[in-house]
Amino acid sequence: MDLSLSPIAHVDVPPDTRTKIRASGVNVFYGDKHALKDVSIAIPEKAVMAFIGPSGCGKSTFLRCINRMNDTIDIARITGNIDIDGQDIYTPSLDVVQLRARVGMVFQKPNPFPKSIFENIAYGPRIHGIAKDKTELEEIVVGSLKRAGLFEEVKDRLDDSGTSLSGGQQQRLCIARAIAVSPEIILMDEPCSALDPIASAKIEELITELRQNFTIVIVTHSMQQAARVSQRTAFFHLGILVEEGATDDIFTNPREPRTQDYITGRFG
Amino acid sequence: MTDISSPNRVFDVTSDAARARVRKRYRAEARFRAYGIAAIGFAALFLVALITDVVYRAAPAFTTSWLSIEVPATPSDIDPKGDGSVESIASGNFDAPVRARLAELLPGANDRVARRQLNALISSSGTEGFRDQILRDRDLVGKTVNTRVLLSDDADLFVKGQATDVVERAGAGQLTPSGTEGTITLSGAPPLRVSGFASADPSTLVRISGGWVKITGQQDGVLTGDVMMPLRDTAAADWKLVTFETSEGSRRLGDREVVWLQTLTEQGVIERSFNWRFFTNGDSREAELAGILGALSGSLFTMMITLVLCLPTGVAAAIYLQEFAPKNKWTDLIEVNINNLAAVPSIIFGLLGLAVFLNFFGLPRSTPLVGGLVLALLVLPTIIIASRAALAAVPPSIREGALGVGASHQQAIFHHVLPLAMPGILTGTIIGMAHALGETAPLLLIGMVAFIVDVPSGPTDAATALPVQIYLWSDLPEAAFAAKTAAAIIVLLLFLFIMNGLAIFLRRRFERRW
Repeated sequence: MDLSLSPIAHVDVPPDTRTKIRASGVNVFYGDKHALKDVSIAIPEKAVMAFIGPSGCGKSTFLRCINRMNDTIDIARITGNIDIDGQDIYTPSLDVVQLRARVGMVFQKPNPFPKSIFENIAYGPRIHGIAKDKTELEEIVVGSLKRAGLFEEVKDRLDDSGTSLSGGQQQRLCIARAIAVSPEIILMDEPCSALDPIASAKIEELITELRQNFTIVIVTHSMQQAARVSQRTAFFHLGILVEEGATDDIFTNPREPRTQDYITGRFG
Repeated sequence: MTDISSPNRVFDVTSDAARARVRKRYRAEARFRAYGIAAIGFAALFLVALITDVVYRAAPAFTTSWLSIEVPATPSDIDPKGDGSVESIASGNFDAPVRARLAELLPGANDRVARRQLNALISSSGTEGFRDQILRDRDLVGKTVNTRVLLSDDADLFVKGQATDVVERAGAGQLTPSGTEGTITLSGAPPLRVSGFASADPSTLVRISGGWVKITGQQDGVLTGDVMMPLRDTAAADWKLVTFETSEGSRRLGDREVVWLQTLTEQGVIERSFNWRFFTNGDSREAELAGILGALSGSLFTMMITLVLCLPTGVAAAIYLQEFAPKNKWTDLIEVNINNLAAVPSIIFGLLGLAVFLNFFGLPRSTPLVGGLVLALLVLPTIIIASRAALAAVPPSIREGALGVGASHQQAIFHHVLPLAMPGILTGTIIGMAHALGETAPLLLIGMVAFIVDVPSGPTDAATALPVQIYLWSDLPEAAFAAKTAAAIIVLLLFLFIMNGLAIFLRRRFERRW
């Protein structure tokens, strides 16, 4: 791979950036399978952190630990600590619903609810009681659509079904849905894997914009995408966090030979 | 190397063997299609045959026959107290004037046996219409009233042409009767070509001088016979030979009654109309009075109880087991048992209902309430299994999407998963309900097989159900009940179609919401 073809336009994260998420010694077991082995990482605030690695390396598993989505899998067992703003998210006293309102998620396959576009976005604010009245709810919906860059395309058909949109629009709708509840963190699990390059480019643009206000963690199979949108990159392999660092460093000067092999396409 | 059949290819697609393989593949596919079409055609043929047969058999049950006659409303009979009050008229004897009028129309029934036969042409409740007519307009007392009298089921069958065929041929020459009533001889007859005059042979009659003579023997041009309807005189006259093709021994109407009904038909006083009574009456021992409404209401109440009990319970159980229950030995055991329950023979549920609901809880016997409870138990496993399958079929991405924006587990299920599963749940429910509607065995055991005349007005009134009514009627010897049985089957099928149609409509509604 010729890295000069994927320009890294942004500078490294300033050293004074606060850590938003801190994981230490996280292990995940699916039944007998040890899916994630002793992962420790610090994810900075208001920046994009990309997780890369071959399929089945545990990057999605780790992502789903951050908003406790793995709780829905009966056989999943998690040990170790994950803190958000210094607060352990696995303490029994923490309400997982509150956590997920703070940590939004966008999935690999666009999964809008089979309801109207308006309802898709209004659902979150409604169940969390964010909007006081209908006008405020409409403001949130329009605002979220605008921030997701979708408003101009759908403003005349907010009552149409969310599933009637194209794949890329659906994914931006899902992003709008996630930001409508004003989360602090947005987790994205391969958000562009089901999209064509133009739709992907729009999502990437959006991610870059959203970084101003949100902490974003993105799992991606595309090294170019990781290089384009992220400030920091973590490379996972076989359930182990192999290397983590500034994106520029990872792609130009990896410390680990396995990282080197992966990003140059020698395996994975 | 431009030749496609180059020997360098690993698989030569143009060789004879390859062509043969392709042809074989095409033939196999064509064969399979033919099997499919044959199977569908066969199934359709059976369905058409079944429906045609049922409709053909049921057709007579949807019409009924009346006598439309002028009856004098004699005050001595219908107003026994003589004050013209409602109570007096309601207790009046309306049969007497009708019977008297009938005897006028059909003279010759002079002895008690003949009178009783004559009266039996009219249904036991045949004069109710006459009474209601007088009660509505009490000024009619003393006048001659044009009224309609319901015929008995056997007479009705004859009118519909189901008792016997009547064949009439002109006779050669003239016959001279020896008398006008009783047993007479008719002389001057050509030899009749008939198989015999026993009750197992088709009945042979002679019409002469406005009367009917049933021939009982012939010898040397002299016919011996019994007069069924008196002759005008004993003068030699033209005659007709009449044959009732069905022998007297194999029909419920005697020759005399057939003669009367034939006469009435020729007088033009018999009319047929749509049988509303079939849809407004409960069961009856008299076929012409028996209706389906009792069984229909019974089925309706039973289905209501079943639906009210098993839809919420079944769906709630399915949601809990599918979405909330921990996966352990206990839930495995419950799941296995639910699957087993779905396969338990329905009569076992009837025994359970008898033992638990009737004997232990002392609920009223023969009622839709108990029937509904038993059928709810029967349908519950079906609904739970179908609902679980429908819930499991909702893509997990929807659930994750909801959880991802911070919906609780319950919110995700009730706001997103359940609405998507609803069409499947409804389908399962309707299959279960259709199953329950046609279920007979458990209802027999809890006493819904009783003979119940009254139409139930609520789930705690004694009632029967449609399939049980069909079973009851199919068991009765009267020919008219055979048509009723088929008609009841049609009503049951229509009930089923309406129920299914409603379910499909609801399912569409649910699907269109998205």
